[in-house]
Amino acid sequence: MPELIIDNLHVSIEGNPIIKGLNLTVRQGEVHAIMGPNGTGKSTLAYSIMGHPNYEITEGDIRIDGKSVLDMAADERSRAGIFLAFQYPVSIPGVTVANFLRTAVNARRRYGEPPQEDISVLEFRKLLKSKMDLLEMEYTFGGRYLNEGFSGGEKKRTEVLQLAVLAPAFAILDETDSGLDIDAIRIVSEGVNALKGPGMGVVVITHYQRILNYIKPDYVHIMFDGRIVESGSEALSLLLEEEGYDWVREKYGQAETA
Amino acid sequence: MTNANQSVVIKSSSRKRNELAEFSFPQEMVNQSDHSQIRGYHQAAWEAYQRLPFPTLRDEPWRRTDIRGLATDKFTIPENGFRSDPPARLLDPVIIGEEPSGRIVSGALEASCQLDESLAQQGVIFTHFALAEEKYPQLVGNLLGKIVAPDEDKFTALAAALGQDGVFLYVPKNVVIEQPLHSLYWGAGEDTAFINHLLLWLEDGASVTFVHESSSATSDDRSQVFHDGIVEIFVGQNARLTFVELQSWGRNVWSMTRERARVMGDGNLEWVFGAMGTHLTKNFSDIDLAEPGAMARMSGFYFTNGNQHLDHDTQQNHLAENTTSDLLYKGALLDASRSVWQGMIYVAPGADGTDGYQANRNLILSKQARADSIPGLEILADDVRCTHGATVGKIDENELFYLLSRGIPRKEAEQLIVMGFFAPIMARIPIEGVQNRFKEAITEKMAER
Repeated sequence: MPELIIDNLHVSIEGNPIIKGLNLTVRQGEVHAIMGPNGTGKSTLAYSIMGHPNYEITEGDIRIDGKSVLDMAADERSRAGIFLAFQYPVSIPGVTVANFLRTAVNARRRYGEPPQEDISVLEFRKLLKSKMDLLEMEYTFGGRYLNEGFSGGEKKRTEVLQLAVLAPAFAILDETDSGLDIDAIRIVSEGVNALKGPGMGVVVITHYQRILNYIKPDYVHIMFDGRIVESGSEALSLLLEEEGYDWVREKYGQAETA
Repeated sequence: MTNANQSVVIKSSSRKRNELAEFSFPQEMVNQSDHSQIRGYHQAAWEAYQRLPFPTLRDEPWRRTDIRGLATDKFTIPENGFRSDPPARLLDPVIIGEEPSGRIVSGALEASCQLDESLAQQGVIFTHFALAEEKYPQLVGNLLGKIVAPDEDKFTALAAALGQDGVFLYVPKNVVIEQPLHSLYWGAGEDTAFINHLLLWLEDGASVTFVHESSSATSDDRSQVFHDGIVEIFVGQNARLTFVELQSWGRNVWSMTRERARVMGDGNLEWVFGAMGTHLTKNFSDIDLAEPGAMARMSGFYFTNGNQHLDHDTQQNHLAENTTSDLLYKGALLDASRSVWQGMIYVAPGADGTDGYQANRNLILSKQARADSIPGLEILADDVRCTHGATVGKIDENELFYLLSRGIPRKEAEQLIVMGFFAPIMARIPIEGVQNRFKEAITEKMAER
């Protein structure tokens, strides 16, 4: 079974170390939650896995199926099976959701092993509509410019729509719950739940526990100061919900200030 | 890369070469029509051409466009019968679905003019320019030079004096043409000159859509081709004209064009302008909103690569009360290409209630490319609303990363962003076939990288 392995990862931004030796193994079919206070490197981790050029990996490795992705550009990593649902999705003026997604689907087919022909317009329309139904989205979304003028909820729903259409081996959801009301969280989570399964490993990065009421994690990790400091079951997230992060800071923050 | 431009610049190290030589076109080429107005127009233009100096970098509109490399004395105008076949796709109907109302093919190929019989019976004239001067001298003679004065500058004068190729379109009062008209002007050869004149005249209440394409063989830059043109447009009261111009000239073409439209009371002009080709372009496009209620929208796009230099100079003249203009020019630039857009909204004294808008947006796709964007306002009335904006930007790295993260390779992602950038202009093009032409051209240039 394919695994996403993050092995002793160290990441710097403009020379400042942010991630300082992080280890995580995600198998397909598993849901991992990574929780932690703000500024602890959660989004840096997400961007680093996806291959953002501003994030410099100074040590360690990221592997899929035993193969390092460090030399791959973001598009290759995507085609290798990694998906990142952005905390702040970017708008692309003039490019419709449908056109964008069709281009993405075709890129996967063209560079696949073996390469496949482009998806037919009819087949793509069917695919898109079925995924929109899943996320309770109006079909008119397909004709709107990507994220342009979308509300927070619409943006996040569109991220999950992309996840549904591209069906990656591993999905990283970066604060997908932030800025959403409870209904939107429910719809987005139900979408993720419908997609996850033996063919997809999911990493839910979140500050708050509430999304985990909908997306049940198999493992919960607490991230602090660039490392995973505690790992456990769902109970760990409930503890954080009740007691907050102060005890984490007390337990693991001392070394920094000493 | 070697090209004629650079080789001439080397010669120009001696100061004398900075002066352009006169063209070697003989005076006998000036139309000696039996009709006195037509003969007089061309004769006066020829005299103006001889009298006027070439523009130089010291002239404000030409400050950013250096034409000293133009091999003026080398050009000849091809004899009648000079033939070269355009690529078949250009002859594909650009108007998809239904037959155009009329079609003109001219230039370096066998000229042909077609017009729907019922329109001809209503008095519509849509024909080759020289043929129009021959067949309808009274009408053409009355209209020539009414919009563009032949002595505005040396190139305009030359085009007025010698322009025989081109299109004459006349739509009588209240005649509404449903299907678009199409013309293709095809140039070819080396050291040749193509000089043409478009005269589009819509009487009150007339309505038509006209698509005009100029194109020539893509050639290396070793020799030059010269294009000189005039476009005169009259939109009568309550008349509506949609005019789409597409130029995909070859890469050895130096093009100088002077275009102007006059829009009368409650008339409406939709003017779309697309530029892909030429080595160098200097284009003047003006609208005169001459009577109350006149309205014009100008939509331009250009996409350059290599060492192309495209210079578009626009003028929105509000000459009467309650007139509206809206200009949007968008350009993308690759390699070491360069664009200049200089635009002016002028509001005459008393032209109250003017609503004028202009925007120029540029997307720079390489470190060596450069876009100059110079908006301008000159307002001599009190009650007006004029806004303008000009931007020069690069592809946003965050947009690019977002597309990459979905598995789209960098080049395709950039192409997607460029297509998206042009989408607002595409939306203003009323004909799908024209949109497709433009999309193909973008795809080709993006693939050349």
